[in-house]
Amino acid sequence: MNRLKERSYTLGEIEQGKPCCVPQPHLQIQDLTVGYGAKTVLSQVSLDIYQGCITALIGPSGCGKTSFLSSLNRLSDHHADAHVSGKILFDGQDLLHDPVDTLKLRRRIGMIFQKPNPFPLSIWRNLELPLKEHGVRDRNVRHHKIEQALKDVGLWDEVSDRLHSSAMALSGGQQQRLCIARALVLEPEILLMDEPCSALDPIASAVVEELILRLRGRYTVVIVTHNLAQARRVANYAGFFWMTERVGQLVEFGQCQHLFEAPTHALTAAYISGARG
Amino acid sequence: MAERIFSWLIMVCALLVVAALLWVLSDVVLQGAAHFSWQFLFDAPTDAGRGGGIAPILVSTLWLLLIALTVALPLGLGVAIWLSEFASSNSRFANSTGITLDILAGVPSIVYGLFGNAFFSIYLGLGFSLLSGGLTLACMILPVFVRTCEVGLRTVSNDWRRGALALGMTRSTAIWHILLPAARPAIVAGLILSIGRATAETAALLFTSGYVDRMPGSLLDSGRALAVHIYDLAMNVTGGDGAAYASALVLVTLIIVLNTLAQSLVDSWFKRRLVLA
Ligand SMILES: Nc1ncnc2c1ncn2[C@@H]1O[C@H](COP(=O)(O)OP(=O)(O)OP(=O)(O)O)[C@@H](O)[C@H]1O
Ligand SMILES: [Mg+2]
Repeated sequence: MNRLKERSYTLGEIEQGKPCCVPQPHLQIQDLTVGYGAKTVLSQVSLDIYQGCITALIGPSGCGKTSFLSSLNRLSDHHADAHVSGKILFDGQDLLHDPVDTLKLRRRIGMIFQKPNPFPLSIWRNLELPLKEHGVRDRNVRHHKIEQALKDVGLWDEVSDRLHSSAMALSGGQQQRLCIARALVLEPEILLMDEPCSALDPIASAVVEELILRLRGRYTVVIVTHNLAQARRVANYAGFFWMTERVGQLVEFGQCQHLFEAPTHALTAAYISGARG
Repeated sequence: MAERIFSWLIMVCALLVVAALLWVLSDVVLQGAAHFSWQFLFDAPTDAGRGGGIAPILVSTLWLLLIALTVALPLGLGVAIWLSEFASSNSRFANSTGITLDILAGVPSIVYGLFGNAFFSIYLGLGFSLLSGGLTLACMILPVFVRTCEVGLRTVSNDWRRGALALGMTRSTAIWHILLPAARPAIVAGLILSIGRATAETAALLFTSGYVDRMPGSLLDSGRALAVHIYDLAMNVTGGDGAAYASALVLVTLIIVLNTLAQSLVDSWFKRRLVLA
């Protein structure tokens, strides 16, 4: 356990010429442990999520990546038997111990799921409903924000003529981009993405990936992906999770390039070379 | 070969059912039409129902239905929402509520009649009245309505619940704007079942709303339901067959009209929220 902690940080200098990646922690996670009932699925994870950067989390199935993400926006509250301990520092608050308004928190920390989940409403209503929910009363303001969000994800040109028809009729890739727009319309600071491309075909996946790259700098992104090449292409930082005795742990965390080109841990090296993935 | 026999068997089953239905229906329509005139709907019955019409009976029936639905629909929807959205799956109370509802759904309606008589008519002092009858009907349709709506809500994709939570929406918004509209087909089905059962009920009403065939002056007056009227004409009144068939024709038509009405009302109410895919 101690050995692991010493290795938790292998941060080097930030790549020059990418002003978005000022290494300033936006979220500081300390000793995060997640369990369901009597079972611990993730143990003692500590890492910083840097502002404006893309952090990719990789690792085999079942090692607790989704559980990790859901702790960050307290979605874990809604699993009856989930328990989360440790510290998550965000904006001077400990999300796990200080009194936090989770509704406001989730406006600031958005989440995208593996399976696109647009509501069975019109494209427009999908974006309008969350805005109304968060008290944006002015119709013109809403209109402006919705248009902007759809433009940000590159959907505006594709759907501007059918904004009031069902979002369920969109293609998978368009649905996923709509979900991203739905999160962006609330102007979050952080976006958590849980395998956002894995339900999409390669072309749609490439479109979403390009979109994620464009988010860099404006938003802090944490992305879970099984696609190592994708992680390598988009991320500034990367973390590698692994299961030891059926408990997930963070084995290595550092700059993406370092992690992929010169991993410090044998498990990481083996995983990224495909030996044990 | 076996495949052929199988599909023939299925065809025969379908034909048998359709034939039986058509036979019953055509019997009611042909025999009913012989005795039916528009005046039949607007006259009071004379000579124990052999002559005249069914105006007061129609009015009583509609009152009974109105009372039953006004009580059962909001209450039932509330219980269904609680069971599917709020009660945890291993809560003892929720499970026993569910089992109780299933048992109640199978209780013969005469038992509801006895209960309604003891509780509403005698204990609450409502006597033989439309109110007693309507409330008894409400108790009777509640279990099926709750279970249908609950199942409908449970089949709504969890992705939408998670999506709504991750956007910082309250659960009530999610239920009201997303889950209930998405469960619309089940709610309509429950409504139609309820209307059908309540409109066609006799046994539960004999001891609660009674069989006085005068026009009810208030909800505390006794009133005769259409189904009770048919039963009385067929069983106790010699020479009442013609009027019984005509009343049956009205009953069948009434149920069809009410179902269509209920369906289009619910549809139009939800359509403002939901764009059907
Ligand atoms: N609600 C829950 N109740 C009980 N156990 C759960 C729950 N959610 C997840 N688990 C368990 O926790 C472990 C970690 O699951 P998690 O979904 O976080 O893994 P993951 O890394 O996201 O996997 P994948 O790559 O397949 O998405 C798994 O063993 C899973 O069975
Ligand atoms: Mg996962």
